[in-house]
Amino acid sequence: MANIITRRSILGAGVGMAALAAGGEALAQNRVRGDASVAAPRLPIENGATLRILRPVRFVAPDEEVFRANAARFTQQTGVQVRVDFVGWEDINQQTAVTANTGAGPDCIIGFGDSPHIYADKLIELSDIAEYLGKKFGGWMFGGEKLGKRHGTNNWIGLPMGGTSGPLIWRKSAVNEVGFQSPPNDLTSFLELCRRLRRINKPAGFALGNAIGDGNGFANWLMWSHGASIIDESGAVSVNSPQTLAALNYLRELYPTFVDGGTIAWGDISNNQAYAANTCWLTQNGVSLYFALKNDPATRAIADDSEHSVMPLGQANSWPNAPLILNAMVFRHSRFPNAAKAFVAFMMEVEQYEPWLNANLGYWAHPLNAYRAASVWTSDPKVTIFRDGMNSQFWNGYKGPISEASGQANAEYVLVQMFASVAAGQATPDAAMREAERRSRRIFRRA
Amino acid sequence: MSSSTTGWVRPKIEQNWLTRLLDWKPFLIILCLLPAVGLLAVFLTYPLGLGIWLAFTDTTIGRSGRWVGLENFEFMIEDPIFWNAVFFSVFYTGVATIGKFALGLWLALLLNNHLPFKSLLRAIILLPWIVPTVLTAVAFWWIYNPQFSVISWMLIELGLRDTNVDFINTAWPARWSLIAANIWRGIPFVAISLLAGLQTISPSLYEAALLDGSTAWQRFRYITFPMLLPILAIVMTFSIIFTFTDFQLVYAITRGGPVNSTHLLATLAFQRGIPAGQLGEGAAIAVSMIPFLVFATLFSYFALARRKWQQGESND
Repeated sequence: MANIITRRSILGAGVGMAALAAGGEALAQNRVRGDASVAAPRLPIENGATLRILRPVRFVAPDEEVFRANAARFTQQTGVQVRVDFVGWEDINQQTAVTANTGAGPDCIIGFGDSPHIYADKLIELSDIAEYLGKKFGGWMFGGEKLGKRHGTNNWIGLPMGGTSGPLIWRKSAVNEVGFQSPPNDLTSFLELCRRLRRINKPAGFALGNAIGDGNGFANWLMWSHGASIIDESGAVSVNSPQTLAALNYLRELYPTFVDGGTIAWGDISNNQAYAANTCWLTQNGVSLYFALKNDPATRAIADDSEHSVMPLGQANSWPNAPLILNAMVFRHSRFPNAAKAFVAFMMEVEQYEPWLNANLGYWAHPLNAYRAASVWTSDPKVTIFRDGMNSQFWNGYKGPISEASGQANAEYVLVQMFASVAAGQATPDAAMREAERRSRRIFRRA
Repeated sequence: MSSSTTGWVRPKIEQNWLTRLLDWKPFLIILCLLPAVGLLAVFLTYPLGLGIWLAFTDTTIGRSGRWVGLENFEFMIEDPIFWNAVFFSVFYTGVATIGKFALGLWLALLLNNHLPFKSLLRAIILLPWIVPTVLTAVAFWWIYNPQFSVISWMLIELGLRDTNVDFINTAWPARWSLIAANIWRGIPFVAISLLAGLQTISPSLYEAALLDGSTAWQRFRYITFPMLLPILAIVMTFSIIFTFTDFQLVYAITRGGPVNSTHLLATLAFQRGIPAGQLGEGAAIAVSMIPFLVFATLFSYFALARRKWQQGESND
């Protein structure tokens, strides 16, 4: 998740504090209403319970402050001591693995999307609190349900707490200059837009290097907007298809319109640099880029000229984007499962969740419908698009079951490299596709 | 009582079992060796053994593996990405070593002359080697940046080019760029080590050669080079091992890209083992480096270190 690290490092802690002050009045009152008639599940808290929670580090400082304050309130109300540890993004998957395998460590880990599905056997079911929260807060959004329930069942093994997406970010002046109001949704017109941008020397650029967030995000978009997928519903490798071929041929046309110097060596931070330097005028990124530009007086003008929109849909019916999801799980080895479940549910209640959501400025988006009324989504019209991030109908490893293998395919850049080799002219679309198929077969052989 | 002086016998001290045990030589040997053996076992044998064991299992991060025999190696042999990494590791090591030794030796010969500010110059020469590799890598990452390279910028400003230079965007430029960065970083180690070797050569040898009317080349070929060979062998062994197992430069600058063309075995092993979670496969790739390293070491040892004292005999 290196992209997020870099976003965070660009942003800096001080900026987060300033933003908290700006959103201060929003924190004062709740705008979200839960259905008070829904009864909470009875979770008698074990005697002498204490909890250890592990979660990824913050995007912005108020995230951690509000989270800790919420945890302290839980202690106040229940008497359960809670210790929350924040670990780096690149470490949380490994720590989840060790915790699951050794049967020791934190009671609850708020990890990334796939983890509960990989360690399903080591977790206790969260159906009672998930169903309660769903009823109370207007139902779960698609991403919440998809990542929360065990594949093909109605049993909740994870409890999604937030998601973050990467839309198109573009310079209004440039897009208007070449005769478009906003980026079009069909792929042919989008290609035309990029060609025109190249002609006026204000080109687009999307990462095709080994960039875990941006590279995979772009490759997934290419696949899904052409109706292609790496595996099918049953989990069988389906990358070798006419749809994939169409995506590869499309990129062959699109790539020459990218920034001078190419994007095959781009890491997660490269598009941020190029966008901030007026070198690249249209790219795909999380909300961090916008905030980094907005909070730096030197680039404020770029932020003012920037707009977010969903990536062109192509053949997809909705935004072809897989948000990165925070997914809470409670381990079987916990001696206080009720306390842990109560804690997770408590954090999702409006008194805790809404201030936390607002404090995050749009970096994390809610998985429960009622929270779309939160003030953060209207605080800046340019972050409103992130509000519906968890409604995405796509996930890593779409269309198949979520497994260890889908994470591995991302980590090994199977799709990114398939596209990059065609963009670089190193392989024909057909050869690149067969190579991706060979690698996918190996990766998904056990899934 | 009066005969006590003559009847004195040395009092027999009853040795307790501990003393006897400690006087027993085999036990003492084992006892004294134990700390060293323990350290070696814990810090050397165990990790190496575990690495080799993992290579024969399908362990992933998050699941302890089963024994799968040679399955990992069978997959590797059919994997073009692995063979590409083997090719690039050998190519990278070969070209970078030649570059480092040619330039390093040249630099050492220059520094061995009497120059003003000699010590200061020598200190400066060491700089690329002292700087942490990651820092070097970040600097080169900027120098090779496809959009913001200072070299591209200069060439464009000077009117010599219209577009950015392709340093790391396609396979071969990326390979050469990494080799250049590695050579830059490796020269000081070679230069300073060889300089130390040069200074041990007795000036009287050169004086004698001068009296015999030798040319500069002859003095280099018949005095400097043979006298330098022992240290050259050792420095080269180290250099080959460092280069072959290099990780940081490649990982920080290209991450093995574009499209896996600059993966070294070390970066590929890490990529498969840690981010992708396939500890077994990663270990198999790492284990496959061992034969190359053993070969490189033996080559340096036998081909370059032919003087008897280097092999534990006296020098005749």
